[in-house]
Amino acid sequence: MDFLEGNLELRERQRLEGHTDRVWSLAWNPATGVCGIPAMLASCSGDKTVRIWQQGPSGSWDCSAVLEDNHTRTVRSCAWSPSGKLLATASFDATTAIWECVGGDFECVATLEGHENEVKSVSWDASGSLLATCGRDKTVWIWEMQPGNEFECVSVLQGHTQDVKMVQWHPFMEVLVSVSYDNSVKIWAEDGDSDDWHCVQTLNEASSGHTSTVWAVSFNSNGDRMATCSDDLTLKIWDTSAKASETSGSSCGSWVTQYSFYLDLFCDARDKRRHLCTISGYHDRTIFSVNWSRDGVIASGAADDAIRLFFESKDNSVDVPSYKLLLKKEKAHDMDVKLSAMESKGT
Amino acid sequence: MTLGLINANPVVHAKKERVARAEDSHADDAVDRLDVFDSVRDIRDPEHPYSLEQLSVLSEESITVDEKLGRIQITFTPTVQYCSMATVIGLCLRVKLMQCFPPHFKVDINVTPGSHADEESVNKQLNDKERVAAALENPNLRQLVDECLYSSELYSL
Repeated sequence: MDFLEGNLELRERQRLEGHTDRVWSLAWNPATGVCGIPAMLASCSGDKTVRIWQQGPSGSWDCSAVLEDNHTRTVRSCAWSPSGKLLATASFDATTAIWECVGGDFECVATLEGHENEVKSVSWDASGSLLATCGRDKTVWIWEMQPGNEFECVSVLQGHTQDVKMVQWHPFMEVLVSVSYDNSVKIWAEDGDSDDWHCVQTLNEASSGHTSTVWAVSFNSNGDRMATCSDDLTLKIWDTSAKASETSGSSCGSWVTQYSFYLDLFCDARDKRRHLCTISGYHDRTIFSVNWSRDGVIASGAADDAIRLFFESKDNSVDVPSYKLLLKKEKAHDMDVKLSAMESKGT
Repeated sequence: MTLGLINANPVVHAKKERVARAEDSHADDAVDRLDVFDSVRDIRDPEHPYSLEQLSVLSEESITVDEKLGRIQITFTPTVQYCSMATVIGLCLRVKLMQCFPPHFKVDINVTPGSHADEESVNKQLNDKERVAAALENPNLRQLVDECLYSSELYSL
């Protein structure tokens, strides 16, 4: 599909009502919406509940479950495990609950405690065995799932100097990204040798990064690009392609085996990701969320109640990619658009 | 807990005379800066039994309304440079405006430039929607905000 040709429209299919306070986040169940399995969506709210919505045979959406009487404050974020069997919910009550779907009903099978205050985001890695959470206590926690739905904290990552707004795993590598009120984006990975998690790169103003709170991050489906959005009214696109193996192969030549380990370390972490371009001038209020669809469309949700869609324009005369606005849907919501989660099916 | 008040001797000003609004000259639905000022002028200061207007924390001039864009901007002047109640005052303003005006209005609240030692930090917190929401879920803070908002109703009787 060539997005840049023709008139595009964003049409509201249905309004899902039920929550009694603002909806902060949504997540599509990745195991649904394909092979005849009806699509399933989770939404979480300031009303302290999580609602599960399913698309019925007629195509309309109904609320199939309400996960309540668990969190005691706003549920800020939710994320399905890659298998679609578990749902993690992160709350301002400082806990993260893990729910298991058993025949349409949801049961809380674990509660992760440790953060000192509001948990703001939760993300599963591609294998489904690691979970990351972050919060206002400036830390990022990594948890490992053990048999019997037991979770063990593997690492508490310190480095951000302020509230951490969101965490997101790379689509297939065990690399974690966190974005913060301290205006920076941090990349975390495990040190091959010691199994210690540490910050391998910080993308801040000096690296052409954001100049105000970074609210969200989203990888493209290949994992070679990521988009971040900020209170500084810009979206930034970053190159996250794994160049280390190429670099050590070509410019470092063929080296004696005993030195290659040190080379890997040198070529590996420090400057792997770089700024590609900044999308500015399109938003006049805080951009709270960004999401990259499978087809390469970047959607942004902002505090001016609008949803904007961007697509890379293939202008071969320029080395640096540039993004064009595909469409802007004003008054998409009555109030700020907090999260746009692209449908897993794609269009 | 600090034992002394941050500003033990605030300067108290007379309240501005209230002008009765003629019904015809003011369209019912349109929001203007006096509407906004009227909604916040009597909010009680967290530390002293005086309103924000009396302490010159706010004035009608410190408010801007863009009806077309749906934006309200307020700047307020804490009574002292190191006022730790600045964020509380800001929260009171947010809550009051949320209660009084339609939800589509976008509200920006800042301290008057140069009026506070931690100006950037205070402004950033007051304009971070998530931080504001979480703060208002804190029962102690919510209680303090409610006291500042509701005691003003006693004065207006």
